Amino acid sequence: MTAAQEVVTEAPVIDAVPKRAMTLGYGTSLVVLGLLVVAPLFVKNFIVFQLTMLLIYALAVLALNILTGGSGQFSLGQSAFYAVGAYTSAILMEHAGMNYALTLPIAGLICFGFGFLFGQPALRLSGVYLALATFALATAMPQLLKLGYFEHWTGGVQGLVVTKPDAPFGLPMSQDMWLYYFTLAVTIAIYIFSVNLLKSRSGRAFMAIRDNEIAASAMGIDVSLYKTLAFGVSAGITGVAGGLGAIAVQFVAPDGYTIVLSISLFLGMVVGGVGWLPGSIVGSAFIIFVPNIAEGISKGLSGAVFGVLLFLVIFLVPHGARQVAIVAQQLIGKLKKN
Amino acid sequence: MELFTNQVLAGIATGAIYACMALAVVMIYQAIDHLNFAQGEMAMFSTFVSWQLMQWGVPYWGAFLITLVFSFAGGIAIERLLFKPLAKAPILTNVAGFIALYAIINSVAGLIWDFTIKQFPTPFGSSSFLGSQLISTHQAGMIGVTLGLLVLLYFFFQFTRMGLAMRAAASLPESARLVGINTSWMIALGWGMAAAIGSIAGILIAPVVFLEPNMMGGVLIYGFAAAVLGGLTSPLGAVVGGFLVGVFENLAGTYIPGVGNELKLPIALALIITVLVVTPAGLFGRPIVKRVWT
Repeated sequence: MTAAQEVVTEAPVIDAVPKRAMTLGYGTSLVVLGLLVVAPLFVKNFIVFQLTMLLIYALAVLALNILTGGSGQFSLGQSAFYAVGAYTSAILMEHAGMNYALTLPIAGLICFGFGFLFGQPALRLSGVYLALATFALATAMPQLLKLGYFEHWTGGVQGLVVTKPDAPFGLPMSQDMWLYYFTLAVTIAIYIFSVNLLKSRSGRAFMAIRDNEIAASAMGIDVSLYKTLAFGVSAGITGVAGGLGAIAVQFVAPDGYTIVLSISLFLGMVVGGVGWLPGSIVGSAFIIFVPNIAEGISKGLSGAVFGVLLFLVIFLVPHGARQVAIVAQQLIGKLKKN
Repeated sequence: MELFTNQVLAGIATGAIYACMALAVVMIYQAIDHLNFAQGEMAMFSTFVSWQLMQWGVPYWGAFLITLVFSFAGGIAIERLLFKPLAKAPILTNVAGFIALYAIINSVAGLIWDFTIKQFPTPFGSSSFLGSQLISTHQAGMIGVTLGLLVLLYFFFQFTRMGLAMRAAASLPESARLVGINTSWMIALGWGMAAAIGSIAGILIAPVVFLEPNMMGGVLIYGFAAAVLGGLTSPLGAVVGGFLVGVFENLAGTYIPGVGNELKLPIALALIITVLVVTPAGLFGRPIVKRVWT
């Protein structure tokens, strides 16, 4: 192979998603919200716990969506940010005796800083190279958490047990139920923040970089700043999700945050539709429930069943849940006309 | 100094494994322009097939050849059945497809051959090579086969019509179609060749890491890392990258205090990323220059 430079025209990795198409209308949003509010009233505690995890993973998928769908950068390192968030919350609660709700913004801030710093070297890399770099981060994190130096704080391989908070003000609610509503409140707040972020000047800058980096810089966008900022915001949200996850599962251990988590989050993003924020919850449902369904169909072949189901989904809707939503919208539009 | 030489030699020996896998990775990258995460599992499956053939009494080289043909056909079949329909889908959806394929192959292999570790024979023997304790004849044979493959691939890509057509189809599909290349079949052919090279890698690696459905997990990561380090467009880079990663990993384990087996991988990866930050296209890769407006 010659070392001569060749001009390569590259198809954009991520389809250009217009800003408006990244969110849901008010009416639909309210219906979804209503469903999420009443859902736990009718089901058992274990399912309430699963719904809580659904929201938490939805947050983490949303964070990846902002990074990949928003700014066009790919990451397999989300599990590392999730782990840092989870450990921050757990350590603050168990060693400093801090209130669980207060640990979340701190987890978010620490992860934001971590992500922002990690974004600096990542600036030089894109595509598969960035994937490898973030992959390295994800594989290194569990090993770092196991290191002897931090064992006093992290509990080493054993991990840390976290106490589950009670409902405040004597509300007549089980712990699981309270945690669900608490998570829901955080999720809604972050969702609104993300939607507004993407509508803002920064959001437009992200998308300009995603669609054409060179053109974006020609228009005066500080590409390095916004790319690292996207990493920071994504890591921050993932950190909050990690913190919530630690509280909900009541346990943090290094082996809970391996590359498998990153890959799941990635699958969640693809199934939900890259760059479509509401799809995050659909994607999250896929990665939480489908492995269970696969296990239910066949114990020995659960991996194969999962793979086949995943293939079915991407064959039927290559653009994920977003495609379903668009088709549904068009159908409703047609019905209204008739 | 002797410790250093020994560790470098041992690193080269393990590096041969990574180099082999990295060649397969580069092969598929040349054909489809992205990485196939299921590559390791495909290689593992091929290795199991050749093991099964040997269990049925087929001699080593016979099994080797049959496996090669089987893998080539299998690679083409996977492309035609599963990934051709996804050609128009976004790249990230294709990556999700690779992950699905990974899960399927791993699970099916586990079901057919279960998860117990199996011995795998080697045609090179396992005595020490040229009196050195660190490199066995098998590892020397592996290095030889890898280098042989490299030369073959180099000639294929550089001097045959098919090789050129394949490179053209991967880097500029539209223009390739305009000059009459059947790009769709080039991709299928790339899958077939990558699967065949992967099966050679699997058969060479199996005597060292032993045969079981998860044998490729670690190897594939190092293979990717090696391919990326060498530059994904260059088979020579992949092989050099493989040896470098092997040596890196061994030296880090020996000289950096507190690095056990657990931290070897993160440190090797961190080093690779440091190299990539300096040379973003890898050591031997072509720098990609983007056209602003097309």
